[in-house]
Amino acid sequence: MLEVRNLRKEFGDFVAVDDVTFSLPQRGSLAIVGESGSGKTTTARMIAGLETASGGHILVEGEERGPGHKRQRQRQRLRSGERRARGRQIQMVFQDPYSSLDRRQRVGAAVAEAVALHQRLPADRLRARVAELLDMVGLDDRQAAALPKALSGGQRQRAAIARALAAEPQILILDEAVAALDVSIQAQILRLLADIRARTGTALLFITHDLGAVRHISDDMLVMQAGKIVEHGPVATVLADPQHPYTRRLIASVPKPGWIPRRRMDPAAAARLP
Amino acid sequence: MSATPPLLRIDGLGIDLPLDGEPRPIVHRADVVIPEGAAVALVGESGSGKSLTARAVLGLLPAGARLHGDVAFAGESVAGMAPERLRRFRAGEVAMVFQDPRAHINPARSVGDFLIEGLTLTRGVRAADAVRKVTGILREVGIADAERRMRQRPHELSGGLLQRVMIAAALAAEPRLLLADEPTTALDVTTQEEVMAIIAEAREARGLALLFITHDLELAAAVCDRIVVMYAGSTVEELPAGHLRERAAHPYTRALLSSRPSVFEAGADLRSIPGRPLSGFEVPDGCAFSDRCPRVRDRCRSERPAPSAAGDSTAACHFPYTAPAEEAGCHA
Ligand SMILES: Nc1ncnc2c1ncn2[C@@H]1O[C@H](COP(=O)(O)OP(=O)(O)OP(=O)(O)O)[C@@H](O)[C@H]1O
Ligand SMILES: Nc1ncnc2c1ncn2[C@@H]1O[C@H](COP(=O)(O)OP(=O)(O)O)[C@@H](O)[C@H]1O
Ligand code: SF4
Ligand SMILES: [Mg+2]
Ligand SMILES: [Mg+2]
Repeated sequence: MLEVRNLRKEFGDFVAVDDVTFSLPQRGSLAIVGESGSGKTTTARMIAGLETASGGHILVEGEERGPGHKRQRQRQRLRSGERRARGRQIQMVFQDPYSSLDRRQRVGAAVAEAVALHQRLPADRLRARVAELLDMVGLDDRQAAALPKALSGGQRQRAAIARALAAEPQILILDEAVAALDVSIQAQILRLLADIRARTGTALLFITHDLGAVRHISDDMLVMQAGKIVEHGPVATVLADPQHPYTRRLIASVPKPGWIPRRRMDPAAAARLP
Repeated sequence: MSATPPLLRIDGLGIDLPLDGEPRPIVHRADVVIPEGAAVALVGESGSGKSLTARAVLGLLPAGARLHGDVAFAGESVAGMAPERLRRFRAGEVAMVFQDPRAHINPARSVGDFLIEGLTLTRGVRAADAVRKVTGILREVGIADAERRMRQRPHELSGGLLQRVMIAAALAAEPRLLLADEPTTALDVTTQEEVMAIIAEAREARGLALLFITHDLELAAAVCDRIVVMYAGSTVEELPAGHLRERAAHPYTRALLSSRPSVFEAGADLRSIPGRPLSGFEVPDGCAFSDRCPRVRDRCRSERPAPSAAGDSTAACHFPYTAPAEEAGCHA
């Protein structure tokens, strides 16, 4: 359903994303892992249309999309119908839920606004749809009536997910969306995402540093380093039999019983760090 | 009977802080013992009171804080230390490393000035000796090009490198106890491993004791001798690290363990705890975990459990688990 071909992003002289190619099938779940600065967020932002690609193609259901496409880039503003169609394709949730919520808007109103943006509904059906979305992410009436700052981090992230789901996206991109949450809340959100995927068929593109979460939520994974994909395959295969040295290193650094932390970086490599 | 006291004993620590002008209990009861040279982890979710407990060790609490119970360093009560003694204690016997190094270093000064001033100003070391010492410690924490790094400003260093600098600063004071408050939470896992290895080596070389604060039970168990679990302002379980996975007695400890998706076991069921972690001032009467606990009974809601022996653990629970985790934990 989503196809990314030879995607590239330059910031001045710096190549942040270099020749990235992968696909995400309908109902699929793909994880992107990689070290800090390897280009994960930049890749996701290009797919979501929040960043212009310097090269390559992004196709959704075979159709070229995103401001990466020359003709569309020239058009400054998209028509609202087109924006609706796009929203229905791809939504993104960030580590900081505030970035997709308005601090002055009550959570229920924020979800209602997102629903109204994507489909025209009479008031009673709108209300029912909002209730359904809030219920799906486990927020009650009291929380729906609250401002984001009155909610816990996990509840805010649920609100951001409900808002993203309002567009009935075919693809939900989550960029470190559980990283800042407490362990017990992370587990709730991971279960919620698995449940949403099963119920609605929304495909997930899940960006994270957490290999445990990857194993739980994704079918396939790709590993990025310095803007490039260095490994790509089914999660179970990559975790059991990693091929690239960086992937091996990543797996070896996960604490488990009997694990002893080791310095693997030689001083020469440390000297090259920023 | 007069055995030497442990290096650190936190005994029935309670902390009240003013919230909206009213003193409210934030830490109810924290008990932690760290023998000389040992590593103890303090594990819990955000708001459980881990950082405040660590700050109480240094006698560094927010204005208006009220303290109960006692913190004793090698038998000496920190609350009873005179100002001059307290200054020496903080400068030389205990050192702290924080989650966010950037918030604890002056961005306008060079890394070298930061490290050297720590020695010349608070410990009266001569400047030339301080430079030599700091250079040596930077090498020890894996910073080979120490001279260049010392000329740089904090913003020029990545998070992982800056955390090494903070560890070097802590070690330069030659403390007997290192308080590390989530030192790797902001780092990616490969950098986390480097930093943990550096701390482990420094401990070995110096016989340094460690209080390691984290929310990661697996990491805690791998690098510490004993684990203390904290929930909503109370330490709820204390046990040997090797017993964590199979023999934890407190329902919260077990629930936290099964909330982490495993990297290594495919298909293991992820069980989440309903609700959210509470802060100390929000806890109901009775057991603080009762609203989320799978084993809750009537007694839990009326009577607050006190810590007591449960197998090899000390657990604050009326109905601790007694069977190993595989049998009791998953299908209870
Ligand atoms: N607007 C920008 N201008 C210049 N450089 C940028 C910009 N946005 C990102 N970069 C750089 O591109 C690289 C990739 O950044 P990106 O945010 O995609 O990394 P990431 O893999 O998401 O990292 P993290 O795990 O830390 O979130 C980094 O070196 C970053 O500094
Ligand atoms: N200076 C302060 N004033 C008021 N409340 C505080 C202060 N510092 C911490 N708290 C509150 O005390 C509780 C415990 O905080 P903390 O020890 O930082 O938790 P942890 O380190 O376990 O995440 C939290 O509810 C926090 O909001
Ligand atoms: S005292 Fe009761 S509610 Fe509290 S942890 Fe034990 S069993 Fe659960
Ligand atoms: Mg990113
Ligand atoms: Mg803290």
